[in-house]
Amino acid sequence: MIEIKNVSKTFTLHNQSATSINVMRDANLVVKPGECVALTGNSGSGKSTLMRMIYGNYLTQEGEILINGVDVVQAEPRDIIELRKTTLGYVSQFLRVVPRVSTLNVVAEPLLKIGVDVKIAEERAKELLSRLRIPQNLWQLSPLTFSGGEQQRVNIARGFAHEYPAMLLDEPTASLDAKNRETVLTLIEDAKARGAAIIGIFHDEAARDRVCDQQIDVSIFTPKAAA
Amino acid sequence: MTPLLQVKNIEKNYGARLGCKDVSFDLYPGEVMGIVGESGSGKSTLLNCLAGHLEPDQGEVLFNTRIEGLRDTLQMSEPERRMLARTDWAFVHQNARDGLRMGISAGGNMGERLMAVGDRHYGQIRTQATEWLEKVEISEERIDDRPSQFSGGMQQRLQIARNLITGPRLVFMDEPTGGLDVSVQARLLDLIRSLVRELGLSAIIVTHDLAVVRLLADRLMVMKSGHVVESGLTDQVLDDPQDAYTQLLVSSVLQV
Amino acid sequence: MSEYNFAYLDEQTKRMIRRAILKGLAIPGYQVPFASREMPMPYGWGTGGVQVSAACLMPEDVLKVIDQGADDTTNAVSIRKFFEKTAEVETTAATSEATLIQTRHRIPEEDLSEDQILVYQVPIPEPLRFLEPRETETRKMHALEEYGLMYVKLYEDISQHGQIATSYSYPIKVEGRYVMDPSPIPKFDNPKMEMSAIQLFGAGREQRIYAIPPYTNVVSLDFEDYPFEAMKADGCCALCGADHTYLDEVIIDDDGGRMFVCSDTDYCESRRAAGHIGAQGTPQNQEVSAS
Repeated sequence: MIEIKNVSKTFTLHNQSATSINVMRDANLVVKPGECVALTGNSGSGKSTLMRMIYGNYLTQEGEILINGVDVVQAEPRDIIELRKTTLGYVSQFLRVVPRVSTLNVVAEPLLKIGVDVKIAEERAKELLSRLRIPQNLWQLSPLTFSGGEQQRVNIARGFAHEYPAMLLDEPTASLDAKNRETVLTLIEDAKARGAAIIGIFHDEAARDRVCDQQIDVSIFTPKAAA
Repeated sequence: MTPLLQVKNIEKNYGARLGCKDVSFDLYPGEVMGIVGESGSGKSTLLNCLAGHLEPDQGEVLFNTRIEGLRDTLQMSEPERRMLARTDWAFVHQNARDGLRMGISAGGNMGERLMAVGDRHYGQIRTQATEWLEKVEISEERIDDRPSQFSGGMQQRLQIARNLITGPRLVFMDEPTGGLDVSVQARLLDLIRSLVRELGLSAIIVTHDLAVVRLLADRLMVMKSGHVVESGLTDQVLDDPQDAYTQLLVSSVLQV
Repeated sequence: MSEYNFAYLDEQTKRMIRRAILKGLAIPGYQVPFASREMPMPYGWGTGGVQVSAACLMPEDVLKVIDQGADDTTNAVSIRKFFEKTAEVETTAATSEATLIQTRHRIPEEDLSEDQILVYQVPIPEPLRFLEPRETETRKMHALEEYGLMYVKLYEDISQHGQIATSYSYPIKVEGRYVMDPSPIPKFDNPKMEMSAIQLFGAGREQRIYAIPPYTNVVSLDFEDYPFEAMKADGCCALCGADHTYLDEVIIDDDGGRMFVCSDTDYCESRRAAGHIGAQGTPQNQEVSAS
């Protein structure tokens, strides 16, 4: 489902005397449907960078990143947009939404984008918000006014609204209480059960051990000379 | 899939001064493309060339017409181009005064586009205008008021309603949120975004506000001194800019 | 003998105007620019109509001039005298006897015939002018038949007054092509514009001539659910009793007393001569025979 072959990444900082930083070299990784792979490594080892490269958020200089057969490295913007709509979900650590949009709409939006009926989409959104214990009286408010933990849960609800065949999870259990952590882990297990291929970053070792089938230390991809 | 708009090698000069040069891109149905750059970068020149307001010195602007498929709008006769401008195309000006008739009621402003394409039933025109007022969140009681009695944000929303009432497929927007209060901007952004999704519109939005493109545009084109220096997925260009100028642009902005 | 060239204008000018008239007739409703001359009367007093009349007049013509339907108001009298002096043509008040009728703001009640010409005085020839101030743009709109804006005016009427309140200068579409201002005639007269006579329109200050050939299709613009209606004051002429003519309201005292009379004075008089008497009218037969 997700296949990463010989991927390299370099940042060039033109405004700082064109400094070139090679942050990743020859990364390889395969995730099959129903499998969850954890990216591990110290802070700054490139876990988030790799995840962003897979999502197309960072440009990849070399190699192939195949998601369901589509090479993110070579794909046109519109192909990546399509991929993100239908196939590849991403739960980032930060919620980024248009101001003033209600929480319910924020969560339902991924479904509306692929043409799901408004009623069905909202039902699904309500279900997820309930499961993640967002009080019902907040649903019509913009999540931008919420606390960090609430925003994180809204973000997760949004990420799980559509059943993506491939998912990227960046610290999904961070800053959650025990009950919500449990809910999120269940959501991940459910996703695996329906055949989703998942790549995650978990600092929470217990969570990692519970849901992940494989762990990859990304520091092995870090070019030693560049550090 | 056929692109809705195919732009090839557009070049426009103002005498010896370069407006824009070597601009090419394809825009597909449902896509929103942002064009950013500082004042004088040629982004407005480009938009006006695409929308038929300016005649480029070189290049092609192919539009996928409903009947005849891809056609170069620059080679079209003026009546054809004007017809396109009031049916399949829409243009939202930065200043609502440029896109509205200030001496005519809100309803008349919206109705004009309908009447221009042959609607001759007052009741139906009125009903559609009322529906659109609701869509752009203006109280229907204001339908007979003139835009001059509206606030800046309302004028801009009315301009959008006037443009979209005939169901265009491609919308050009020139700094649609420019000159508005931040809170009003947010409301307008939300409105544009949901209309784009509901109606499956394609749009080209020129702005210097990176936050606006981050929220509205799927794709981004960065212009400097008349040239496109970088283009790609909006979040990719903003989060991992490759070109020196884009890096400078992104880093100069307070958190986007 | 008059010291003026026949009908005041020199022959070259008349030829220039005739060319404009012919072009106007060839393209019904299209505004033909022409080099309007200074006339010995102020703009707004019919300089356009006078130039068109001068270009059309022949020595054998019989001229009638009306202003708001009346033959005896200042504007009508002065123009009639102008041509009596400069062209020495016969003049008349009787619609049926005239071969050329110059009019301001009315069409005579009596049907016109093929051997007559009706010349309108036009203040502002461009029907789109108050909606679109740019001449370049209005010309383009005519050229491309973009008439949505004209309907905006009617839309605004209905939204403000509950009906199309435009009661004069009511826009028409000529022969399915050009939208035209019929000059400030009441909309009551609009249906009469499909007539047997030639209709010519002259705007002196705006330097435009346009025309409607005989038997041309003329449609007053309207909405499907607000159809055009030719309206007139509700009542009948106090002098001749007619209830099918366009009426003027005349205030007759300081106590709010008023009466309606035919705006077409010649038509009213001929009705009274034929024995029709309104509520405040007196029999005319004796007077006519006495004079």
